[in-house]
Amino acid sequence: MRDSFRKHIQILESRVVAMGQAVEKAIRSSIQAMKDRDMKQAERIIKDDELINAQRWKIEDDCVNLIALQQPVASDLREMIAILNIITDLERMGDHAEGIAKIVLLLGKEDPVTPMTDIPVMAEIAVEMLCKSLDAFIHRDAKAAESICDMDDKVDQLNDKVYRELINKMLVRPQDVNRATYQIWAAHNLERIADRVTNICERIVYLTTGSMHKLPNVSSY
Amino acid sequence: MEFTAKVEIENLNMFYGDFPALKAIRLRIPQNNVTALIGPSGCGKSTLLRCINRMNDLIEGVHTEGRIIIEGQNILDIGTDVVALRKKVGMVFQRPNVFDQSILDNLKFGLRIHRQMRSKNETMEMIQKGLEDVGLWDVLKDKLGQNARQLSLEQQQRLCIARVLLLKPDVILLDEPCSALDPIATMRIEELLRVLREHYTLVIVTHNMQQAARASDYTGFLYLGELVEFGLTEDVFTTPQKKLTENYISGNFG
Repeated sequence: MRDSFRKHIQILESRVVAMGQAVEKAIRSSIQAMKDRDMKQAERIIKDDELINAQRWKIEDDCVNLIALQQPVASDLREMIAILNIITDLERMGDHAEGIAKIVLLLGKEDPVTPMTDIPVMAEIAVEMLCKSLDAFIHRDAKAAESICDMDDKVDQLNDKVYRELINKMLVRPQDVNRATYQIWAAHNLERIADRVTNICERIVYLTTGSMHKLPNVSSY
Repeated sequence: MEFTAKVEIENLNMFYGDFPALKAIRLRIPQNNVTALIGPSGCGKSTLLRCINRMNDLIEGVHTEGRIIIEGQNILDIGTDVVALRKKVGMVFQRPNVFDQSILDNLKFGLRIHRQMRSKNETMEMIQKGLEDVGLWDVLKDKLGQNARQLSLEQQQRLCIARVLLLKPDVILLDEPCSALDPIATMRIEELLRVLREHYTLVIVTHNMQQAARASDYTGFLYLGELVEFGLTEDVFTTPQKKLTENYISGNFG
């Protein structure tokens, strides 16, 4: 039965990667929509989040069936557990992208309080982390998974920088408080996305080595 | 559940003397799928299986009521040609029942009693195909004269399956086919069932719930001679509709 089990696992893995790619697209699009103040795009992202949620339920359902029917043990069991955790993080990352899209709607056509420079960089790093983590998942590369976590520091630093700059702007121009707060939220969503990638990396290490621990360089939230 | 049924069991009751072993069984067995029958010892799963090719006729005092329809024919009718039925509905038993003869003679045996022997070349082609279908041809092609009892238990069981396949059955009944095998051999036989279902309808009785979960597409749960639940295996093992089924598959009794 292991051959057919392996086939099921491969299908599951490709579904996880497809879900990850959908999340990646949502993150990129949400930041682009924020830069372009493109509300139609934002609405699309919000609607498409339902598709990401549906992908998560499908994968979870498949995992439950495989666990019930194939009784996986050892690394097969770890893979099931890892996938269940990974899709939860991916689904939440989709929610963060949706959160940014909602901020785009709140900001409307108004100019940002500070130029949109650091937030897109944060998004670029977060997306790169996500892509690398999916790669590490497919290749069972625990070392790559651990090194991805180093990139989280940069996202945290940029988030602090964006936060400080916007707080200063609020102090100087209280009428900008709303818009500045929205920008802080957007940065915060990206910071959380990067954190969730580190969760995925921890699951890859668990799946590959069996060791369940917080990775070094990962900020506790 | 929408599927084409290969075997339709209608209101089947079976008695050993006065004892009701099967009670009002209604079951449609889907074509080209593996159907598992599970349940605690004495629940009637083997009895039900053996009704499908009338193996119970051989037991004294057995009385059967109801209908089992295969291709429009009620096989419980008195006029049924039981030998032809058993060719169409083959059976594999718990322990591989190879004869104390060569591998070749074991394979020819079924062909002979069902008068399916062809020219030498044609017979050899059929035998080769049968052994290929069970993954034994490459291993055995040069030792067909060897006594079949010298094979491993797994190979013997595969040989028994090949012997059934040679008769081109529509349905294959398997009564605990892996209970004499080790876990690796069991897994390989389960893989074989997956392949065979593309061409045959398989019904497997197993006391091993994990095997039913792994190897079947549909599962029926029997208890005290009644069919408690029947459905897609993934549904029966994740969201059973009856509490009794849940208790059994969870290991709470049986």
